[in-house]
Amino acid sequence: MHFKAMIVAAGIAAASAGPALAADISGAGATFPYPIYAKWADAYKKETGAGLNYQSIGSGGGIKQIQARTVTFGATDAPLKGADLDKDGLIQFPMVMGGIVLVANLEGIAPGQLVLDGPTVAKIYLGEIKSWDDAAIVKLNPGLKLPSQAIVPVRRSDGSGTTFVFTDYLGKVSKDWDDKVGSATAVEWPVGIGAKGNEGVANNVMQTKGAIGYVEYAYAKQNKLTHARLVNKAGKVVEPSTPSFQAAAASADWKSKPGFGIDLNNQAGDTVWPITSPTFILLPKQPKDPAAAAEALKFFDWAYRKGDTMAADLDYIPMPEAVVKMVEESWTQVVDPAGKPVWTAAAK
Amino acid sequence: MTDASLHPSRALATATADRARALARHRIPDAVFAALTRAAALAVLVMLGGVIVSLARGAWPAFSAFGLDFLTTSTWNPVKERFGALAPIYGTVVTSLIAMLIAVPVGLGIAVFLTELCPRPLRRPIGIAVELLAGIPSIIYGVWGLFVLAPFLQETVQPALIATLGRAPLIGPLFEGPPYGIGLLTASLILAVMVLPFITSVSRDVFETVPPMLKESAYGLGCTTWEVVRRVVLPYTRAGVIGGVMLGLGRALGETMAVTFVIGNAHKIQASLLAPATTISASIANEFTEAVGDLYTASLIALGLILFVITFVVLAAARLMLMQLERRQGA
Repeated sequence: MHFKAMIVAAGIAAASAGPALAADISGAGATFPYPIYAKWADAYKKETGAGLNYQSIGSGGGIKQIQARTVTFGATDAPLKGADLDKDGLIQFPMVMGGIVLVANLEGIAPGQLVLDGPTVAKIYLGEIKSWDDAAIVKLNPGLKLPSQAIVPVRRSDGSGTTFVFTDYLGKVSKDWDDKVGSATAVEWPVGIGAKGNEGVANNVMQTKGAIGYVEYAYAKQNKLTHARLVNKAGKVVEPSTPSFQAAAASADWKSKPGFGIDLNNQAGDTVWPITSPTFILLPKQPKDPAAAAEALKFFDWAYRKGDTMAADLDYIPMPEAVVKMVEESWTQVVDPAGKPVWTAAAK
Repeated sequence: MTDASLHPSRALATATADRARALARHRIPDAVFAALTRAAALAVLVMLGGVIVSLARGAWPAFSAFGLDFLTTSTWNPVKERFGALAPIYGTVVTSLIAMLIAVPVGLGIAVFLTELCPRPLRRPIGIAVELLAGIPSIIYGVWGLFVLAPFLQETVQPALIATLGRAPLIGPLFEGPPYGIGLLTASLILAVMVLPFITSVSRDVFETVPPMLKESAYGLGCTTWEVVRRVVLPYTRAGVIGGVMLGLGRALGETMAVTFVIGNAHKIQASLLAPATTISASIANEFTEAVGDLYTASLIALGLILFVITFVVLAAARLMLMQLERRQGA
């Protein structure tokens, strides 16, 4: 009996010691920002000794985990709506941005040579444009020799924030797309091949002649895929690049949606890349473990201030200074049980 | 010894007591052993029941929302939250059937060759090669399918199929459409390669159990090798061969990773075997992590339940078939 009591006591002691020992911040969610979160975490650990454990299980999983409060923060590519944020008592803010590019596998055509516009891309993914020498594509590419080859549209088979941003863009540029398909992390695709993850789409495009696919900019760049230039809202042909992504962020009205939940698709401006999106962090307003939430916010603040070069190295686009300021102001909503904000600018 | 003969009754009593003691000593371990094995057997039943119950509970929202439509429609629209399982069911059944259509004759052919015709020095290398095929992880098959088989099919085999069989009457629609390289046919081919070792090694093992006397008698009567295989070996080993085929079919129905790489993951039923499609397990593997909304998740779990039922039906059908065969043989 005595022995049993001792075990129980030891168990309680261990359980209560748990949070204090586990200084690691835990997070789960979107796969798209995983490389940069991992890189930041590594540098942050070297600098401060505090570790970050981020599981890239996908945006959907991240949302579920933060709703269940099994992690300190969740991460999602598709922003939650204001009502959902309120229902689950969460705040949301953008951490870093990425651009989505279209890549193709066409013999004799170099990266950046092909030009496409939104309505044409929508028609390709609707199955209305079937061949590379279709009049609509030829018209956009007067100088190119396009083969009479079947177009193989490649898209994501798993639910994905990338798909959300891409289908949202298509819905903005094509009424047909909006009516027939709509936008979500997974949609009912009229045509095409499904592949899992950005790397799956990239691989399928590389392996399949005549394929077209959409991937995060980083994947296109690292795999040296043949990306297309796009015609933006202003009617200008733009090259995907950090300046053209940042141009999209600069012209956006971040305060227009709760939790900064805007998208940067099809923004006005001559140099704007039309398919750009932020990826978001979700944090409970009343965290179960205020100390852990404070640690997480400290990490995010550090990443905003010191992580820009690392982000750029991996082809992510850092948040503009003005947006960071607005985000950090919103952090005062995260409070401990006494109602005191867990993080203040002074605590840097 | 002398004592025993002098006092037979006492000796008998001691012997009985010894026996009783020995029995008692054994009784406890015996009982423990029996209980343990029974518990192990029961654990299987409990687990199986648990799986069924949790699948059914998880799938309930989907079935109550869509009813029978879930089984008869092929819409899969996460935006409007309309889900129907027909496309993945179709893909699962068709890829497995085509795979078996290819793998059964080839597998039996290899087994016959190895047991009846193969020169002795070649037997082991070929046998080991087949078994090695079974040891390759399915993801490797998937990657190989995507990087090697699919481009090859897209550039050579599929254009030829479209140009010839695609124009033929009746079967034409099966080979129509642009050559994607990825689709139903590619997935079936990969599955065929994957189930081949199961069918081959089981059949080879059972073929070896045919008594040489039976075969030699047949050869003595002037039978050809084909006749011996057809009339002696196959009838003798029927149950084992069907077991091997069912093992292969079971693997084909549930195979996930390799299929998802090469099938195209499209929730569509199209006549063409070259078109992208999806299977139950591929859909679950692809979509579960990012399924947003309870109905979406429930629909995926319902897919799992359907696969469970399909597998059960296949196994039950195999049992029935075997029973019927045995009855006919007895009659």
